[in-house]
Amino acid sequence: MIEFEDVTKRYPDGTVAVDNLSLRIPSNEITVLVGPSGCGKTTSLRMINRMIERTAGRIAIDGKDINDSNVVELRRGIGYVIQHGGLFPHRTVLDNIATVPKLLGWDKAKVRARAQELLERVGLDAKLGKRYPVQLSGGQQQRVGVARALAADPDIMLMDEPFSAVDPIVRNQLQEELLRLQREIGKTIVFVTHDIDEAIKLGDNVAVLRVGGKLAQFAPPSELLADPADEFVESFIGRDRGYRALTFVQADAIELLPLPETLALGEDGRPLGWHNGAASNGKSEELLPVGAVFHKHDSLRAALDAVLTSPVGQGVCVDDNGRAVGVVDHGLLAAVVHS
Amino acid sequence: MTWVGDNLDLIWSQLREHVFLAIVPVLLGLLIALPLGYVATRYGWLANPLTALGGVLYSLPSIALFILLPAILGTQVLSPVNIIVALTVYTVSLLIRNVIDGLRSVAPEVRQSAVAVGYGTLRRVMTVDLPIAVPVIFAGLRVVTVANISIVSVGAIIGIGGLGELFTEGFQKDFLTPVVVGIVLSVALALVADLIIVTIQWLLTPWARVSYAVKAA
Amino acid sequence: MFQGMLDFLTDPANWSGAEGIGNRILQHLWYTALALGIATAIALPVGLLIGHTRRGAFLAINVGNAARALPTLGLLMLIVLLMGRIGFLPVLIALVVLGIPPILTSTYAGISGVDPSTVDAARGMGMTEGEVLRKVEIPIALPLIISGVRTATLYIVSTATIAAYVALGGLGRYVVDGLALRDFPQMLTGAMLVALLVIVLDLFFALLARLTVSDGLTGRVRTGRRTTTGRTTETTTPVEAGI
Repeated sequence: MIEFEDVTKRYPDGTVAVDNLSLRIPSNEITVLVGPSGCGKTTSLRMINRMIERTAGRIAIDGKDINDSNVVELRRGIGYVIQHGGLFPHRTVLDNIATVPKLLGWDKAKVRARAQELLERVGLDAKLGKRYPVQLSGGQQQRVGVARALAADPDIMLMDEPFSAVDPIVRNQLQEELLRLQREIGKTIVFVTHDIDEAIKLGDNVAVLRVGGKLAQFAPPSELLADPADEFVESFIGRDRGYRALTFVQADAIELLPLPETLALGEDGRPLGWHNGAASNGKSEELLPVGAVFHKHDSLRAALDAVLTSPVGQGVCVDDNGRAVGVVDHGLLAAVVHS
Repeated sequence: MTWVGDNLDLIWSQLREHVFLAIVPVLLGLLIALPLGYVATRYGWLANPLTALGGVLYSLPSIALFILLPAILGTQVLSPVNIIVALTVYTVSLLIRNVIDGLRSVAPEVRQSAVAVGYGTLRRVMTVDLPIAVPVIFAGLRVVTVANISIVSVGAIIGIGGLGELFTEGFQKDFLTPVVVGIVLSVALALVADLIIVTIQWLLTPWARVSYAVKAA
Repeated sequence: MFQGMLDFLTDPANWSGAEGIGNRILQHLWYTALALGIATAIALPVGLLIGHTRRGAFLAINVGNAARALPTLGLLMLIVLLMGRIGFLPVLIALVVLGIPPILTSTYAGISGVDPSTVDAARGMGMTEGEVLRKVEIPIALPLIISGVRTATLYIVSTATIAAYVALGGLGRYVVDGLALRDFPQMLTGAMLVALLVIVLDLFFALLARLTVSDGLTGRVRTGRRTTTGRTTETTTPVEAGI
């Protein structure tokens, strides 16, 4: 657990980057610090591994004040991922990943094995290991950055806008990867972003900071969406709060209606389209498109999307093989949402 | 200091010679390097070999060049032409890289707009490419001018060296004053030349000035 | 002209004794190596320090600029006269003084030019300042550092040639003595040998850079099937001035 107690960062010219921040960052979860430019989120993050020294207050990791430890040792025990990766251009990918273990003096064979393992863990092809960062794409470089931070198996990972510099498709992939990784390894991750949607998607807890370094709200994302603490948080979260909150409810809460006759199915049970009722003189009928489909393990948001995109107001639920298993309509959905 | 008073004529004539020997190559070199650099950007494969050749030539010690060039070209060793030719070779060797880089620094979109507007090649190069390339070219110009001013003195060893002759004079007579005067004047000359080039650059690039003013506003 | 030079080169008398060609080459190399060694020992640590701490940048940048404006012959004469023209020491001092600025400026430029986020990442991972310098900054700055040493070598070789005027040995002797005797073949030989020496040393530095600079920096890497030759290692900066 990382604890901020009335932490302040004041610069010599008077600017206050972080103002009496008190926060308890739980272990083994992803905590996101989010806010507009100048809210002190990056400063706060960098105070944890003492890249920036606080001017007042106390920061403790598992009860121990970080200023009591040797700063170099502290940092070797914390993973650090920054925008653009900060990879060493003069070293191969594997050598990059191996940096901290080598600093810690691990035995060579162990280092090599660990680097290989992590390369594959972050979803990269093993043969990329011998390449240099300049030969990698932005997304690949970021993955290497994450692997490097994980190499010495630290308890804590600090991530400073790690996915901001890549395009949206790659960013999405990286976010999914991070969530998958976290399910496997359960680190204490402190993640900084300026993107509220990223914060909601990734965070188990989200701390919203306002300009001047003050904490506005610290809560799980569902609570943030349902109950913003004040106008600032509400406007920062943005529109469609209600709609976005649907992501946090699973669609298996719905009791599906049986498949209607109007839904045309293929031989394998997959939905082909909707009969539109008008049987045109002998010629083969044109089916209306199915629209989006959803799975039971998707969120309510996907279910609502299926209903909205269906030409007949009924969303089709499919299993993992694509076979239709039931439908849902507006009425049923509304009942579930407001229950 | 009386030496200075007694030898004003000498100092002045050497200064004039020095300016001549240093500046003429710069102008000649520029005149050669500009078209050469343009050709190198036009026929891309030329760029690397030319730059490499320039690099090799530039690294040769000046005294070696002062002797080798007459042997190759058939000029006299002990003539100002020799110095000027040698320094021109130096100037071109260094500037070629700057001209190529400068012309290449023109953004492709800019070049395309110029072509689309209907500029012929020569007009485009003269009125669009070159002005934009000025900062890079002038950076090289400053280096090469200062370097030339310094190198001219070396010619004193073979007898023609502008202010350099004050050095050899002082050395032969075991007399410090001419040496000091020579160094001071040489450095002063370099500073003045540098200043002049910077001013010309400032005059040639009004767009660079404007952006500062806007930012300050 | 060149025939005369070839005669000079092939005359065995010219290869023997203290005045012999082989000896002169060695002398020249010795002066160069000594001056370069001292200049590097002084300028490199200072450049590393200023580059890493970013303090004193003013010094590093302007020393280079100022030095270019100094006439080398004048500097040589000045030091020799001031020290009373006794032997090698004044010349050595002049050579060292000339060798320091390019090394200082290039080292500073190289180290301070390392991407700050790379240095930040290194520090954040728990490298000590020394480790950051040794393992990250220096390897990345290596092309520029080597370029600075190469430039200094050129300056020193050049000036050592001129220093024959103040009674130094080395290849410059052929130039100066040849001039005095109006023996053009001898002068030409001297000039040619110096030029060749410079080219050889230049190749040496290019080789050194090739061997020590990481492939990840030069862009000269193979990506599976295609060979990506990026820009070749640029060990020359337009800061050189042949002297």
